[in-house]
Amino acid sequence: MDLMEYQAKELFAAHGVPVTAGVVATTPEEARAAAEQLGVVVVKAQVKAGGRGKAGGVKLARTPEEAEQHASAILGMEIKGLTVHRVLIAPAASIEEEYYFSFLLDRANRRYLCIASVEGGVEIEEVAQTNPDAVKQIPIDPGTGVDEAKAREIVAEAAFPEALRDQAVQTVLALWQVFVSEDATLVEVNPLARLAGDKLEALDGKVSLDDNADFRHETHAQFEDESSADPLEAKAKEKGLNYVKLDGSVGIIGNGAGLVMSTLDVVAYAGEAHGGVTPANFLDIGGGASAQVMADGLDVILNDAQVKSVFVNVFGGITSCDAVANGIVGALDILGDDATKPLVVRLDGNNVDEGRRILDERNHPLVTLVDTMDGAADKAAELAHAAK
Amino acid sequence: MSIYLNSESKVIVQGITGGEGTKHTALMLKAGTQVVGGVNARKAGTTVSHTDASGAAVELPVFGSVKEAMEATGADVSVAFVPPAFTKDACLEAIDAGIGLLVVITEGVPVQDTAEVFAYLEGKSTRMIGPNCPGIITPGEALAGITPATIAGKGPVGLVSKSGTLTYQMMFELRDFGFSTAIGIGGDPVIGTTHIDALAAFEADPDTEAIVMIGEIGGDAEERAADYIKANVTKPVVGYVAGFTAPEGKTMGHAGAIVSGSSGTAQAKKEALEAAGVKVGKTPSETARLMREILQAR
Repeated sequence: MDLMEYQAKELFAAHGVPVTAGVVATTPEEARAAAEQLGVVVVKAQVKAGGRGKAGGVKLARTPEEAEQHASAILGMEIKGLTVHRVLIAPAASIEEEYYFSFLLDRANRRYLCIASVEGGVEIEEVAQTNPDAVKQIPIDPGTGVDEAKAREIVAEAAFPEALRDQAVQTVLALWQVFVSEDATLVEVNPLARLAGDKLEALDGKVSLDDNADFRHETHAQFEDESSADPLEAKAKEKGLNYVKLDGSVGIIGNGAGLVMSTLDVVAYAGEAHGGVTPANFLDIGGGASAQVMADGLDVILNDAQVKSVFVNVFGGITSCDAVANGIVGALDILGDDATKPLVVRLDGNNVDEGRRILDERNHPLVTLVDTMDGAADKAAELAHAAK
Repeated sequence: MSIYLNSESKVIVQGITGGEGTKHTALMLKAGTQVVGGVNARKAGTTVSHTDASGAAVELPVFGSVKEAMEATGADVSVAFVPPAFTKDACLEAIDAGIGLLVVITEGVPVQDTAEVFAYLEGKSTRMIGPNCPGIITPGEALAGITPATIAGKGPVGLVSKSGTLTYQMMFELRDFGFSTAIGIGGDPVIGTTHIDALAAFEADPDTEAIVMIGEIGGDAEERAADYIKANVTKPVVGYVAGFTAPEGKTMGHAGAIVSGSSGTAQAKKEALEAAGVKVGKTPSETARLMREILQAR
């Protein structure tokens, strides 16, 4: 899960990273009230996307009136497809220098990486292109992590100014605590700023948390952003389904993330011959595929007004196809008259003959059984196109 | 021959008394695997009842630790079915005991735990497969994991895949040829055995004549595998990458399947593989057809 800036800063503060708390506002009036307290402020859109400044989502406000006007413009704005529901009102800082700092998971090398640059700041990607030597990459061994000696090595390598070194070491150690004790996969500060009086402070923050570690972080649930979640995605999540809403008209249900992704591809290719129809969603029901899980999945998909046909693509591995077929039949019974869109089903693998027999015997008017994945994708695309 | 696992392998199950452990111990035995015992510290000294491939009843001993299990049974492979919160400790225990092959099936392991385990593997004798994977099967010989043993038999194809169900789908598509070994390496951001490791092993395995490699969006493992193939693999390789039409920035189930920016896309991976001389299918069936052509031309 990616955090918004104000959430990242909450974690920073909790672990001793120097930040100045601002005020989160959801209305222009709240923004104005906050600016009355804080003086000159920066109004910052809170969305889980980069490039907020370039999109016009970060504005300096010298007066409370300006803060209100900027908040009014920014709230409701779309940045990379995400609607802004809140702004952070942060006291404007007098910046002398901007640095870049991050800890992240280095997938390729299966360890962690620290990236630091004293020539960084907002244009770090440009610096990395034009002057790569100025962007230091320091590998971190997950077995030993970052102790004070390692933090000193990082600070020396990145060549933080002498006057800031001790502060920088403490900040690096605090950011490391954010990374390890919160189970983050990314902790990024850009800019890490040298303010007047040689004070080091994190002026922005980006944190990605590992959802797999939620079981040991009860507090992480509060970072969920329900306001920006798609209603169907929220419903699927409530039922424990792995669902992602897409733009097309062919609903997809399958088992296993890889097979479902592959199904999206096959449907999109098949759609080329049927008016360009594309998948409406990604939905992985996992290995289990019980009647209830199938019903929950179908319920979510059939409630998507964009869906015109549904492709159920299951390879019976451990789950046998008869259980999947019973799941489909059971789901249609549970849904009753709510099931109104054609279902194309492709079953293969474990006990496939029995699975197909169950579906044939039931002979449900909405269900078409097709033998191959490619053939079924073509049928589902054809039905979706015909329904338009 | 095969890679990593054969009929001589002696397998123990960490978490043998749990629901998944019980179910898959039965299936591994049925597939002909020499399952010789299991581990659960709280049930040490007891046994669990199963039937082997011939239908005969077997009582498998439950040990208090991997070390004890290895000493008593000569086990050289462990398959871990333990909950995510305990997976790190289970892995460290197996590595400390010096197990040869550790297959971690568990889904949902925090990536920092896996990173720590991987760091701990440095200089040790253990090969880890997974986590979050279906494991490995050498058809007709042994199964260490959850891959259905009935899909395909023994044959000349080596298969390495990030995805479980795509492994099954590809085995099904090529079931008339069969497989030397099929290995699901898992889709997590940090995994013990990579495409490159498996490619190297298949290249060295005399029974493997051609290799299918299945990847998916996210990371750059497929691109690095492409470089490796170009420099080191002489056997024909056919590739498939899932996620051509996945929108950028959306996570689709596997933690590893995240597209960010241009690198990590299915298209980038396909191009990298093709530049290395790998034929890449657009769909599983096309991929199977490409492999079929290679096998028929032998």
